[in-house]
Amino acid sequence: MNAAAPILRVENLDVSFGETPVVLDVSFTVNPGECLALVGESGSGKSVTARSLIGLAGPGSAVRANALEVAGVDARGVSQRAWRSIRGKRVGFILQDALTSLDPLRKIGKEIDDALRLHGSGSGAARAARVVRLLESVGLDDPVRRAGQRSGELSGGMRQRALIASAIALDPALVIADEPTTALDATIAAQVMDLLGELRAAGSGMLLISHDLAAVAKVADSIAVMQGGRIVESGPAERILGDPQHPYTRALLAAVPAGKPRFAPLSPASSTASTPRPDPPQGSQAQAGCRPVLRARALSKSFTVPGGPDFAAVKDVGFELHAGRTLGVVGESGSGKTTTARMALGLLAPDAGTVELFGEPWSQVPEAARRTRRSALGAIYQDPLSSFDPRLSAGSLLADALSFGATRNPRKHLARIHELLALVGLAAELAGRNPATLSGGQRQRLAIARALAPNPRVLICDEPVSALDVSIQAQVLDLLDDLQRRLGLSYLFISHDLSVIRHMSDEVLVMQGGAVVESGATESVFTAPAHPYTRTLLAASPGLAPRR
Amino acid sequence: MSQPILAGGRSPRVAGAAARWALGKIGGGLFVLWAVATAIFFGIRMIPGDPAEAIMGGPGSQASAEALAQARADYGLDAPLYVQYFSQLWRLATGDLGTSYSLKTPVSEVLGELVPPTLVLAVLALLVAWALALVVAVLSTRSGALGSALASGLEIVSAAVPHFWLASVLIMLFATALGWLPPVSTNAPAGLVLPVATLALPLAGFLGQVMRDTLEAAHRSPFALSARARGESETGVLLRHSLRHAALPGIALSGWAFGSLLSGAVVVESIFARPGLGRSLLSAVTARDIPMVTGVALLSAAAYVVIMAFSDIAERLADPRMAGS
Repeated sequence: MNAAAPILRVENLDVSFGETPVVLDVSFTVNPGECLALVGESGSGKSVTARSLIGLAGPGSAVRANALEVAGVDARGVSQRAWRSIRGKRVGFILQDALTSLDPLRKIGKEIDDALRLHGSGSGAARAARVVRLLESVGLDDPVRRAGQRSGELSGGMRQRALIASAIALDPALVIADEPTTALDATIAAQVMDLLGELRAAGSGMLLISHDLAAVAKVADSIAVMQGGRIVESGPAERILGDPQHPYTRALLAAVPAGKPRFAPLSPASSTASTPRPDPPQGSQAQAGCRPVLRARALSKSFTVPGGPDFAAVKDVGFELHAGRTLGVVGESGSGKTTTARMALGLLAPDAGTVELFGEPWSQVPEAARRTRRSALGAIYQDPLSSFDPRLSAGSLLADALSFGATRNPRKHLARIHELLALVGLAAELAGRNPATLSGGQRQRLAIARALAPNPRVLICDEPVSALDVSIQAQVLDLLDDLQRRLGLSYLFISHDLSVIRHMSDEVLVMQGGAVVESGATESVFTAPAHPYTRTLLAASPGLAPRR
Repeated sequence: MSQPILAGGRSPRVAGAAARWALGKIGGGLFVLWAVATAIFFGIRMIPGDPAEAIMGGPGSQASAEALAQARADYGLDAPLYVQYFSQLWRLATGDLGTSYSLKTPVSEVLGELVPPTLVLAVLALLVAWALALVVAVLSTRSGALGSALASGLEIVSAAVPHFWLASVLIMLFATALGWLPPVSTNAPAGLVLPVATLALPLAGFLGQVMRDTLEAAHRSPFALSARARGESETGVLLRHSLRHAALPGIALSGWAFGSLLSGAVVVESIFARPGLGRSLLSAVTARDIPMVTGVALLSAAAYVVIMAFSDIAERLADPRMAGS
């Protein structure tokens, strides 16, 4: 592939914490100008692998390898002092979510300057000029001003660029990026990926880590799939994406919702349960005369900004949600999706416009008049753990929801609790567990069970899978599909991820800057987008097509 | 949200917000002083006994009925309570703290003499407490889970120790048994060691607990990992990142801590026979010296208000994220 010596060569890497092996017999090489993607779900050992390549596997870790050559240095048994001259200079390391990966108390210019200063690069003035050039090269506008700002003052995309600037300040020969786009909107993620692609084109070797095959498909030359600390399959990207051999690779590929038709199962576990939707359900387009279960007309909402003009979060938004169907709402952060959802739930009063539930006034009546009908409307959110009372067990949470807050004693509703847990695919024993001890997927299942407790007809799902690995996301999406078929639920489904929306929705609203820019039947909107913003979203949405 | 929260630089809006903030602080401070003056005025009259007797030298003085009546008339104690209250407020508002019953000198003069020694004690104790808390926090993050648990235990014990007990133990150990330090405090450095230690140790326990937690969290945070991946040493991570985060809760607590040091001074100054606000407050309350009690209380309240404002400003300087709030 390349005549030059590899920039990274790992042979038989083992990492363990105490008695627990985390990485087992991992081998790979990265050549200059090449990108290797390490893909696997949370806990597969990919992040620990990446960190052990710069000697930061963590306290209590034992790292062994037959070969560990990092940027031309045999990194086995290297002292901490020697590691410090490798990190930042020969290897740039980019972490996920720059909000927490840049010190919130320091200016980003200082953070980038640190990388230069620590490796003795030039005088203060020369470094300051270099910081500005770096910020410019990663595509930040007004770099002089940005250098004086802190991470909290920047948007997610700007922060991630600043973090990349700090990692590539000294033109490292190897760049390691651990989930560099996971926290970003699709269009921003696509721009960050392009930026990483430019670095590789300039000759840096790159190790890219992700849980999502679709996120790496466009940049990776080769892909190694990790499961349980081992590489189960590796090879050129075209072969892994086009002709996967290992069942786990196939499962990861199947989990990617892009290009999968509505109701096609995404995870192998749920494929047996999949039955075609009994068509047509109660409220399909065929019965267009039937009144919608949830209807919003011309909703608007503004928020006051201290010392500034009011911020119009939602402008003139209208929609109809029919029984047994899913209305997807797609748009980027700040497009007004969540504000719309909160008005639909009756948690936020619109400035103008109305919401009707089953044809009855909903948003314009007082809460006392809504309370008896609240059970018809359920909600699930992105972060289920923070929506649970941390002192309650799973069973108590469900008892609380089943009794409308009258009791938290699970024994009073035992049969129904077990029924709910079974409905969402959780074992009955989990009723006694604290949600904090559950996995991310189990927590979201529990949140769904709680939302289903009062037998709602409509579920409002606000980014329900955004915090989950692709493989877990697949299971939760399959569960939601299955529940919709079995219970005839209607979903108002909000996501920034276009592939998820496309897979889940019958109709779709595309939102930008608080307004609906396009709406209609999902497939017609996405196969023939009329609005330029929809086209931008579509172009940024990662698919599984490998790099040419 | 893609909007930057706050652009850099000082805009007129920020200056206006600062002025509003300062006015709010001054207004709040005046309210606190009024509330303290009122509480003291009525509170001290609930203590049994006759203030006129206090003026004449206490219950043991056997003053004649005529002398007591004369004292009442001289000090305006025969007027109705509300008249006394409002004339008292008026005098305080014009800066007249009155004359001490027991010392027969103006309260402001007495306070002028008492403030410096107490201030020296409190400021030294605060500095020593900060230093101890930081040293323990840094050492414990360097020594793993065992060191952390040990530090936590040490902090809880020292935070729980009462001043009077600690003072007695320190005197017995270092003054009586070892004879290294004087049991009676003077402004000489050796005489300050024991009173400062008595005040600083429990406070160091409190500060240490919050600062160590934050320090450990900052040390484990992704931005610390980023810094290490950039080639930063452990010392560099500590100095440039973690310590600043750890200082934030310490600064926030320091206003409260200074107040607690002033009340701690009452006990410590008495035990170490050290002149100062605390000891005078105790003797003034025992002697029912109303002007002295009022003066000391108002001064402490004013000091508290000023310190709180300072710690607020320090917090904003240390944490730029708070500047807009």
